[in-house]
Amino acid sequence: MNLVTPDFGLLFWMVIIFGLLFFVLARFGFPVITSMVEKRSSLIDKSLADAREIDAMMAGMKAEHEKMLTDTRKEQALILKDATDRGKAIVAEAREAASSEAGKIIADARAQIAAEKESALRDIRSEVAALSVGVAEKILRKELSDDVSTDEFLAKMVEEASSSDVRLS
Amino acid sequence: MAILVPARGAEASGDEPVDIGGIIFSHIGDSYEWHITDIGGHAIAIPLPVIVRSRTSGWHCFMSSRIGHGASWEGFHVASSGDNEGKLVEDVGGEEVRPLDISITKNVASLMFSSLLLALLVLLTARWYRLHDSSREAPRGLAAAMEPLIMMIHNMARENIGEDDYRKYSPYLCTAFLFILLNNFLGIIPIFPGGANLTGNIAVTMVLAICTFLAVNLFGNKHYYKEIFLPDVPGFLKPIMPVIEVFSAIVKPISLTIRLFANMLAGHIMILAMVCIIFIMAKYGPVLFGSMTAVSVLFGLFLDLLECLVAFIQAYVFTMLSSIYIGLSRQKE
Repeated sequence: MNLVTPDFGLLFWMVIIFGLLFFVLARFGFPVITSMVEKRSSLIDKSLADAREIDAMMAGMKAEHEKMLTDTRKEQALILKDATDRGKAIVAEAREAASSEAGKIIADARAQIAAEKESALRDIRSEVAALSVGVAEKILRKELSDDVSTDEFLAKMVEEASSSDVRLS
Repeated sequence: MAILVPARGAEASGDEPVDIGGIIFSHIGDSYEWHITDIGGHAIAIPLPVIVRSRTSGWHCFMSSRIGHGASWEGFHVASSGDNEGKLVEDVGGEEVRPLDISITKNVASLMFSSLLLALLVLLTARWYRLHDSSREAPRGLAAAMEPLIMMIHNMARENIGEDDYRKYSPYLCTAFLFILLNNFLGIIPIFPGGANLTGNIAVTMVLAICTFLAVNLFGNKHYYKEIFLPDVPGFLKPIMPVIEVFSAIVKPISLTIRLFANMLAGHIMILAMVCIIFIMAKYGPVLFGSMTAVSVLFGLFLDLLECLVAFIQAYVFTMLSSIYIGLSRQKE
């Protein structure tokens, strides 16, 4: 059977053709393909690692952002509270100042009223005195012309005047 | 291959029994012309160049159509019997002498065709990677089809040979794998450019196995040779081990040769036998003929599918074993 005895012609051509094929493909074929594919797979690995890193970074940034947000909110609440307190304090202070001022004004007014009353009384008194002197003068002039009971009348007048003086004061 | 059978079957459909052995062996064997089919009793065949060197008259080169049907040309004819049956012989003093024969036979033509095809496929794929930036663009078309096959072998080389050396061996393993795969599939295809039983030919598988043998033994490291000649075994085994190891190193390529050759050959023979059932049954009446034809077609289809599987598995096994042998020769301490 010539099935299991290798034929020289085919051996010869196989060595040449397969050798040539191997040379060509090993030189221009497979290394180009495998190196490109390996480059690509390393790029994919790197991209995946980068993506993971960025993901972690994003998560960190988000947490930081959240923290900043809560901090800001806290601070905002604090400032608001402070502002309200200060406002209240200012209002209270203003109210106090106003009320004390009002008290002072009222007291001043009272004092002034009293002083004016005093001076009015004094004026009235001196007016009254002048009037009474005038009246007395007129009466005296008339009485003295009659001269009936001048002495008696004068004495009475003096007495009356002194007693009214006491009563007025 | 199968397409050739009808014509031959028709020729033999007279009273004489169908020569199954002849049909099968003419299909799995080599020939000086590439027989495609018979139309109306005329053989359609591509004549191929015959290149022979006679011991007496030197080189001869002529087309195989000169020696068709037992004709003789320049003293050469195809022997019809004897040790050299089917081979070209020279008449020297009434004796048939086999000249040095490097003819472009059917197998050689098929080998040239499939090698050109493979070179084209791989170089076109490489061209795609040269012209495109593979980090920005996914491969398309041919490159997308070839990349997984090539990378499968490349990664197998990395696993079996190791990170340090695999780049040196990966091109050989890729070439061997794609060569075997392509020729296995071409062998299953029955119509013209296919149909040659190349990987079922022992000369082809032998050359492939010898390439692996050389890759293993020419570049084996110190550790590998120490394991063969000075293995770390008890004293009384020291003289025996080198013999066993050398024997095992020689048996490895032989097993590679036989495994691929026998698997592909057996597959082809099974498919051909299934198809031949049709022509054997032709004379047993329409019922038997019809039912057996159905059976034969079904089994033929099944075997064809099985052979597709085997074509891949055998290419893969050959490459994997080669890479494991190479890996053993590059093992570190």
